[in-house]
Amino acid sequence: MSSDNLFLSNDILMSVEKPERYIGHEVNSCIKDPDSVRVRFAMCFPDVYEIGMSHLGIQIIYDMLNSFDDVWCERVYSPWVDLDKVMREKNIPLFMLESQTPVKNADFLGITIQYEMCYTNILQVLDLSGIPLESGDRKEDDPIVIGGGPCTYNPEPIADFFDIFYIGEGETRYRELIDLYEKCKDEGCTRDEFLIKAASIPGLYVPRFYNVEYNEDGTLKSFTPAVEGVPAKVRKEVVKNLDDTYYPKKPVVPYIRCVQDRVVLEIMRGCIRGCRFCQAGELYRPVRERSVDKLLDTVYQMLDSTGYEEVSLSSLSSSDYTHLPELLDNLIEECNKRKVNITLPSLRIDAFSLDVMNKVEDIKKSSVTFAPEAGSQRLRNVINKGLTEEDILSGAGQAIQGGWTKFKFYFMLGHPFETDEDIEGIGDLANKVAAEFFEMVPKDKRTNGPISITVSTSFFVPKPFTAFQWAPQCTQDEFIRKAYVCRGGIANQLNQKRIHYNWHDADTSVIEALLARGDRKVSAVIKKVYEKGGIYDAWSDYYKHDRWVKAIEECGLSLDFYAFRERKDDELFPWDFIDIGVSKAFLLKEYKKAARGEITSNCRNKCSGCGAASFGAGICPGVVKSGN
Amino acid sequence: MKKIRVRFTKHGAVRYIGHLDVMRYFQKCIRRAKVNVSYSAGYSPHQIMTFAAPLGVGLESEGEYMDIGVEDENPDCAAIKDALNEASVDGIRIKSVKVLPEDAGNAMASVYASSYEITFYDDKKDDCPGTEKVRELIERMNAMDHCVYHKETKKTSRDIDLKEFIYELKVSDSEDNPVINMTINSSSADSIKPGFVMEFMCGLDNIKLPVNALKITRLDMFTQDEEGNLKSLEEVGI
Repeated sequence: MSSDNLFLSNDILMSVEKPERYIGHEVNSCIKDPDSVRVRFAMCFPDVYEIGMSHLGIQIIYDMLNSFDDVWCERVYSPWVDLDKVMREKNIPLFMLESQTPVKNADFLGITIQYEMCYTNILQVLDLSGIPLESGDRKEDDPIVIGGGPCTYNPEPIADFFDIFYIGEGETRYRELIDLYEKCKDEGCTRDEFLIKAASIPGLYVPRFYNVEYNEDGTLKSFTPAVEGVPAKVRKEVVKNLDDTYYPKKPVVPYIRCVQDRVVLEIMRGCIRGCRFCQAGELYRPVRERSVDKLLDTVYQMLDSTGYEEVSLSSLSSSDYTHLPELLDNLIEECNKRKVNITLPSLRIDAFSLDVMNKVEDIKKSSVTFAPEAGSQRLRNVINKGLTEEDILSGAGQAIQGGWTKFKFYFMLGHPFETDEDIEGIGDLANKVAAEFFEMVPKDKRTNGPISITVSTSFFVPKPFTAFQWAPQCTQDEFIRKAYVCRGGIANQLNQKRIHYNWHDADTSVIEALLARGDRKVSAVIKKVYEKGGIYDAWSDYYKHDRWVKAIEECGLSLDFYAFRERKDDELFPWDFIDIGVSKAFLLKEYKKAARGEITSNCRNKCSGCGAASFGAGICPGVVKSGN
Repeated sequence: MKKIRVRFTKHGAVRYIGHLDVMRYFQKCIRRAKVNVSYSAGYSPHQIMTFAAPLGVGLESEGEYMDIGVEDENPDCAAIKDALNEASVDGIRIKSVKVLPEDAGNAMASVYASSYEITFYDDKKDDCPGTEKVRELIERMNAMDHCVYHKETKKTSRDIDLKEFIYELKVSDSEDNPVINMTINSSSADSIKPGFVMEFMCGLDNIKLPVNALKITRLDMFTQDEEGNLKSLEEVGI
């Protein structure tokens, strides 16, 4: 009978919720002989297993690193609160799932940072691993802690906790970094010597080697390299051709049901739309598509190797993928044969998408989703959401005629330049859709029941590298007032009984704003919150607003400064040293256009000269198309 | 559609996978193995699949069963077994694949009893009775007419006579860590867990076992034939 090869004892595994989170041994997980590799890489998503396992980015890097013979990449997730407690009580170190050995044994600890509210979990992972929280305190035998992902485009609030940040797409520079690490090991370099050399690899940022100075008002005065040879600017890394890179053909298949319990097929990167609140829309420019042939080849290999019964297309805006009809024709036919379901998030509702949805979903169960983000046309122009009331009503009308009765609408409250009339427009719009239903569908034809509309609003959080990076955020009181205006606007409607309204929490939104646009001073707040017991702040059950308020106060900082303040046009931002291709001048122009309610055309209609064309990739003008 | 019965093991790390996840595991495993599995009709077709009595989390097994429908006229059992093993993790091994006769009851409904092998975990055995003590306790139990055990669940509590549910109970000659074998009722209508027997047995001598002391392996599952004899679920297949 086989030996267990488990890090945690039977007693512990039997005492925690879902022990499957910690046992590894999943189908397609990569096992290597530790003696056959030179570099051990622990890849971490600082949240619970079911969330972390659902993330495509880690799967891509995992696949890539393990394709290198000299590297073994393993996975690490945050232990859930029950195990966290046991590990602290019994002094049990955090471990990697594949080898079931401590994280501390690894050469690198890579952490992907997808949302601000996971920052305290980063400290949890470091702490449980036995790695000093701050880069400066780490010793020669501690793993090199490297961060990546969307939040690292403003790495400053967490700069103290990382040795390196990898700015941009992970496929491009890891080989170089590992070669350098192996060379440094051979030559007997110190940790600092290695880090200085790493800082000159494009895309890599070593925060310890920079000097930060502040003005008296607390704003940033200067941000300069403190060590010779370290670059003043760090340019994001971009994969030029998505057909010619890594993609996991054999992703790890978890035993427990995860958020993504399916094959995820990324069809394109970037978004042509340029919504002014959206950070991803700027960060992932230029827009690059994968070819249909490559996608089909990949997806069938993935279905074969995993046995998943569902596949989901992934992108920021799948309707903008130019070969969508061709891709779907083939996919639907083959998936029907294989009894595999297809899910299509982020589709714009029109005749084409409804036809596709009709083929792949049960109308009675599925719902039609719109994300107008703002209630009035004026405000949709302000945020540059290229979706008109006519688009929405005609899409909804076609869906109603197609038999759909469940509708979901997503909005944001607190956009810059928003008025109460804009908010009241949300109720108007929902009411018009309901009215269309009652007009179009006579009583005896309402076999799927009457229409049901769900309106959800979240609160706007200004993010770095967006047109709204200068904008003030509303206070919690103002957010709540706006939610009441929205609710009142819905209650005034004739069909209000068919409209359900819910809104998100305002407290986390302002903390998210602090973390998103913070500077290095904010790291003290994160550390304080962690020391007060804060982990899993992304989970409402574990989020304690008081803890954050107290920590901010104790650090002598304020939300007025970080969240609610409008920045001056020429303010130096903590993230300005990062070059994402899209220029600050372009973003400022966009902010001014927003104030005037002027729209900017999407990348496909007309280039607006954002600066991303400098990467020479994707749909930008001047890029030589390789055959597809 | 033909029905086939798959006997599989569950050892090591995968013993912490719950029953529902084992079912989900096999749905994917069957697809990876490209077994020509039958699907139900309807908008979201699912695989025709039934499992015998669920195994508790933390228990290992040599004798788990699942019946699946296949679209082959004459299923190639050896090929299916190899393909499933190829697609499966180390801890879950397919021991046999057999075609079920048309009139065979499904795996879930026909389970009557299960046999278990029980030892104590190494780190707990010092606080558990040794082989000789266990032998003595078993002899006492076997000599009793009734073994009344107070069964407590979240909702109810009642007294049950374990004697009615135990078909065999013995300890084999081994060094200090006893190896206990028992065959007990595990029908869906009424059943007991091996832990009940161990708890009762030790209670006879006021021994309280430490938590998680039992290392339990299910060896096989049985149905009852016409004469009332126990017959391995595997032997029902052809």
